[in-house]
Amino acid sequence: MKLTLALAQTNCVLGNVQKNLEKHLSIIHEASSRGADLLVFPELSLTGYVLQDLTPAVACRPRPDDPVFQPLLAASQKLDLVVGFVEEDVRNRFFIASAYLSRGEVLHVHRKVYLPTYGLFDEGRFFAWGDSLQAFDTPFGRVGMLICEDFWHASPPYLLWLDGADVFLFMSASPGRGLSDRPELGSARWVNHILRAYASLYTSFVAHANRVGFEDGLNFWGSSAVFDPNGDLIGEGPDFAEALTLVELDLNQLHRTRARLPLLRDERTALVQRELNRILSDQSNASGR
Amino acid sequence: MNASPDLSINTDLARRILTGFIKSEITRMGFTRAVINLSGGIDSALSCILAAEALGPENVLALRLPYKSSSPDSLEHARLVIDATGVRSLTIEITDMVDPLIAKFADMSQLRKANIMARMRMIVLYDQTAAFGGLAVGTGNKTEILLGYTTLYGDSACALNPIGDLYKTQVRQLSRAVGVPAAIIDKPPSADLWAGQTDEGELGYTYAEVDKLLYLLVDERYTPEECIEAGFAEGFVRSVVERVRRNQFKRVLPPVAKLSHRTIGYDFLYLRDWGT
Repeated sequence: MKLTLALAQTNCVLGNVQKNLEKHLSIIHEASSRGADLLVFPELSLTGYVLQDLTPAVACRPRPDDPVFQPLLAASQKLDLVVGFVEEDVRNRFFIASAYLSRGEVLHVHRKVYLPTYGLFDEGRFFAWGDSLQAFDTPFGRVGMLICEDFWHASPPYLLWLDGADVFLFMSASPGRGLSDRPELGSARWVNHILRAYASLYTSFVAHANRVGFEDGLNFWGSSAVFDPNGDLIGEGPDFAEALTLVELDLNQLHRTRARLPLLRDERTALVQRELNRILSDQSNASGR
Repeated sequence: MNASPDLSINTDLARRILTGFIKSEITRMGFTRAVINLSGGIDSALSCILAAEALGPENVLALRLPYKSSSPDSLEHARLVIDATGVRSLTIEITDMVDPLIAKFADMSQLRKANIMARMRMIVLYDQTAAFGGLAVGTGNKTEILLGYTTLYGDSACALNPIGDLYKTQVRQLSRAVGVPAAIIDKPPSADLWAGQTDEGELGYTYAEVDKLLYLLVDERYTPEECIEAGFAEGFVRSVVERVRRNQFKRVLPPVAKLSHRTIGYDFLYLRDWGT
């Protein structure tokens, strides 16, 4: 089976959901006319990233009666969509979230579980922590979604892999930093290392949609990318510029790679569970907990 | 421990990010134009070239604002940049705006006079932003911001600052790459506020030395003790650390005394780019 994946490498208007929604609908139209099956937007694509006190003003709920999601759900009749937004739950907590929409339904919502609150980041001040990591079934197989800092930690991709994800969709609004004499920023280099590593270690597809543009002095570096189960780069967007990048994923590559390299077959999950239980219950050693 | 860290940068990448920043941060505020005080020195030459590249030279106004004691070389070096980039320019002597205030105080120190000149240039710059319909592009580098080697509300005043995260050493590297005239790159840096003034003479150390130390302290998070261990003289390290601390006030907005639940600066938090 083939999946034509489109990565929307977008800029957005900070805090203006209506304008960003209009841009989403126009890109959805373009991706659909170019034959995409699934279109992935970056982290917080409907709102912008450094929201601070704008957070409550831009929040919405991924439901058919929501004025932002109603047109997106309608558009998902043509192709599957992943959109980034601020989710307000029934108890009025705000989450950084991405929703997977398919054929008019919300198939899954992932709430960011790791909120960076250090250095230039202040997410923990404004957002609640997501508390769940689950893969889910789509028309193109089982998918796992993570948002930026989630995949800077090694465990969330691992858990999604064990939960059956063969296609990883990673969404970022990654501020560029770490200028040196190298041809790419330190942040870009680091992310592309680990994307390749996850694709290789989990013999899976890894797609990364990263935004572009500026917010005050922060730049967002783009370079959205897709790696195949061999860890090879099979498509990428430009750096720093808006783009809609289409990449064909031959899902049968999972079969071929895993026949050659049965890392999933041989993964000893019971051993992991036993050792994790031992480590976490060891009262004499609190290291790493 | 390495007392000689490599501060070199990829100049193509820096140039792309900084021109993108200038274009984005001016156009999203509803402007297409920039105004810049061109002193004849390397920092403003670099900022001017980046602004011209980002916005088109016809959208950049370079101001030459000499005082009667300014070096003729400064005017000439600024002209080299204007000619090389094709930006618009205006030359306005500030002597007769500055001297009446200085004349009121017979014993005015050189530092006070220098600050008056820097602030007068700021007044002319901001007036020209209104006349030209543009935003003021700053020219302060990371070294001078950290050391506080700048006049508050004078040369530090601007709407955006493209080169504020580059040490002077890196400004020099990027300047060579974007074609700042060699005469400007090679001369000793000077605020040119009085005859014979040089930055390195006033500071008491070279940019090459202090940039390495600042890079370790700030970017690499070395402790002062680790810098001394790495080979920097203790007196030098202590004086730079103290100078950075003492000048923090120049890097922040004036503190507002908190009374309410929601106070500007503490819990009224929005980017400048709010809604754009």
